[in-house]
Amino acid sequence: MSPDLLLLIGKATLDTLRMVAIAGFIGALIGLPIGIFLATSGKGELFPAPNVNRATGLIVNATRSTPFIILVVAIIPFTRLVTGTSIGTKAAIVPLTIATIPFFARLVEAAIRDVDKGLIEAARAMGATPMQIVFKVLLAEARPALTLALTMTIVSLIGYSAMVGAVGGGGLGDLGIRYGYQRFMPDVMLIVVIVLIVLVQLVQSAGDRLARRFDKRSRKT
Amino acid sequence: MTIPASTIARDDAAVAFDGVSKHFPASGESVAFTALNNVSLTVARGSITGIIGRSGAGKSTLIRLVNGLEKPSSGKVRVDGVDVGALDEGGLRNLRRSVGMIFQHFNVLSSRTVFGNVALPLEISGMDRRAIEARVRPLLDLVGLADKHGRYPAELSGGQKQRIGIARALATEPKLLLSDEATSALDPETTQSILELLKRINAELGLTVLLITHEMEVVKAVTSDVAVIDKGEIVERGHTFDVFTHPKHATTQALLSGLPGSKLPEAIARGLKPAAAPGDRVVVRLTFFGAAAERPLISQLIQSIGAEVNIIAGTIDEIGGKPYGSLVVAYGADPETVEKAERFFSENGLVTEVLGYVA
Ligand SMILES: Nc1ncnc2c1ncn2[C@@H]1O[C@H](COP(=O)(O)OP(=O)(O)OP(=O)(O)O)[C@@H](O)[C@H]1O
Ligand SMILES: [Mg+2]
Repeated sequence: MSPDLLLLIGKATLDTLRMVAIAGFIGALIGLPIGIFLATSGKGELFPAPNVNRATGLIVNATRSTPFIILVVAIIPFTRLVTGTSIGTKAAIVPLTIATIPFFARLVEAAIRDVDKGLIEAARAMGATPMQIVFKVLLAEARPALTLALTMTIVSLIGYSAMVGAVGGGGLGDLGIRYGYQRFMPDVMLIVVIVLIVLVQLVQSAGDRLARRFDKRSRKT
Repeated sequence: MTIPASTIARDDAAVAFDGVSKHFPASGESVAFTALNNVSLTVARGSITGIIGRSGAGKSTLIRLVNGLEKPSSGKVRVDGVDVGALDEGGLRNLRRSVGMIFQHFNVLSSRTVFGNVALPLEISGMDRRAIEARVRPLLDLVGLADKHGRYPAELSGGQKQRIGIARALATEPKLLLSDEATSALDPETTQSILELLKRINAELGLTVLLITHEMEVVKAVTSDVAVIDKGEIVERGHTFDVFTHPKHATTQALLSGLPGSKLPEAIARGLKPAAAPGDRVVVRLTFFGAAAERPLISQLIQSIGAEVNIIAGTIDEIGGKPYGSLVVAYGADPETVEKAERFFSENGLVTEVLGYVA
């Protein structure tokens, strides 16, 4: 394989990492509070707002059920508004972020809902404010589950980022399609797939290890 | 906390329930339900007061009204004279910071160490690190967890977790401690040690304890006063000793019948006859309190009636801190022996109850 090709693969990998990192960071930052809100705003919960809760849930579901490739196309005007372009790595970050938000929010909601209700009761009995309950009880207790949720989100993002390649988004998916498929270079395709597998493996095992470190619920020897 | 004058009552009780009812409205599948019906009850300052009742009687609902986790549908709950229902959210939080609560399932945070769990209510009330440190250490000593301060709850036993719960409840130096079935998930021995701890805290810190349980053993071991709740109503209340020795309501009697020593051996119970035939023996339950419980009654009884006495069942125990004995004995049913025995009983102030006759 030529050094040129290796350089291309290296650059594509960096592009993918950049897309995943930025979309993951912004998506998680916005998805986290939405997830917390979804988990705590039902009737009789910490921040009761059942109607807003239902509306938010509806929007989240709608976004999640739109196939990603359609989402990419559908929000092109918005993407152009934000980044000034509709192709390339920068442009790809917008739909990736939009897809990440509801995905992560639902995982956060599940993680928070999983926290023992008795702990919320105990904190209320101590005179905690709803915000104190969120930060000192819910987020602290859900930390291992939240770590796994973030891991899962990043893994899916790696997959999505390969898909934006199909619409000129840059990165490993783009490379695989342009060289591996269109120019029929199976060795490039193979390397792209291997790099993607390695990335996913690394993220998953790092996430698992971190989650295990945070988890104090089981005895360790 | 500023308290509107109108909410302060003059009574001296730590907690006062005044005609309190609680209805849960129907929702979804479940029908409307009256969990508490016109409950009036006071908890004397410095006492350990027990509330006992069967599962579903409304005990948890009642105790949750005290720190405003639940609101009464009607009636008033006062804590130290303050009407809990009249407090806004901020007032409620202040109240809760002065009322400790411990739970059946401990409810300790798995993500925090022993130290961190006890520190939590202090962090919540905005205390600084150093002051927290100074407050938590002696509490861990008090509950016997000083050597475990850096451990996580998963590494501790149930009894130790409840000790965290108790230390945590005491952290803000409350005047009132609420305990909802704090020992129900523990074995009898651990239960005893937790109850001893509660007793010691009550005596040393002088704080009032309101304790909820479905176990008579718990009431007997630590409380000075007790109320019996059944289907949302208080059916009997008084000093623990009186309620135990003279239970009036059927629910109290049923709850008491589970206690060891209160039942006759099966073989005797089956052979009991309502009337005496010649040569039969009479079966009598003797109840004795206070000083009488410490005298050698049986040998004196045998001496004074000059006849053979069988002991069929008996317990000597302590209820609400007072010695108490219950003894079932049998002796000849002939008029002469009976008369001598009755004289002995009345001279010694024993309460007697003829249970029947055996051959
Ligand atoms: N939020 C609620 N909504 C509807 N019904 C309720 C609610 N909370 C309690 N109840 C009902 O009120 C009754 C009393 O409940 P409570 O929890 O006070 O009983 P308890 O005496 O503490 O029982 P246990 O010993 O089993 O804990 C029960 O029949 C219960 O189903
Ligand atoms: Mg209960």
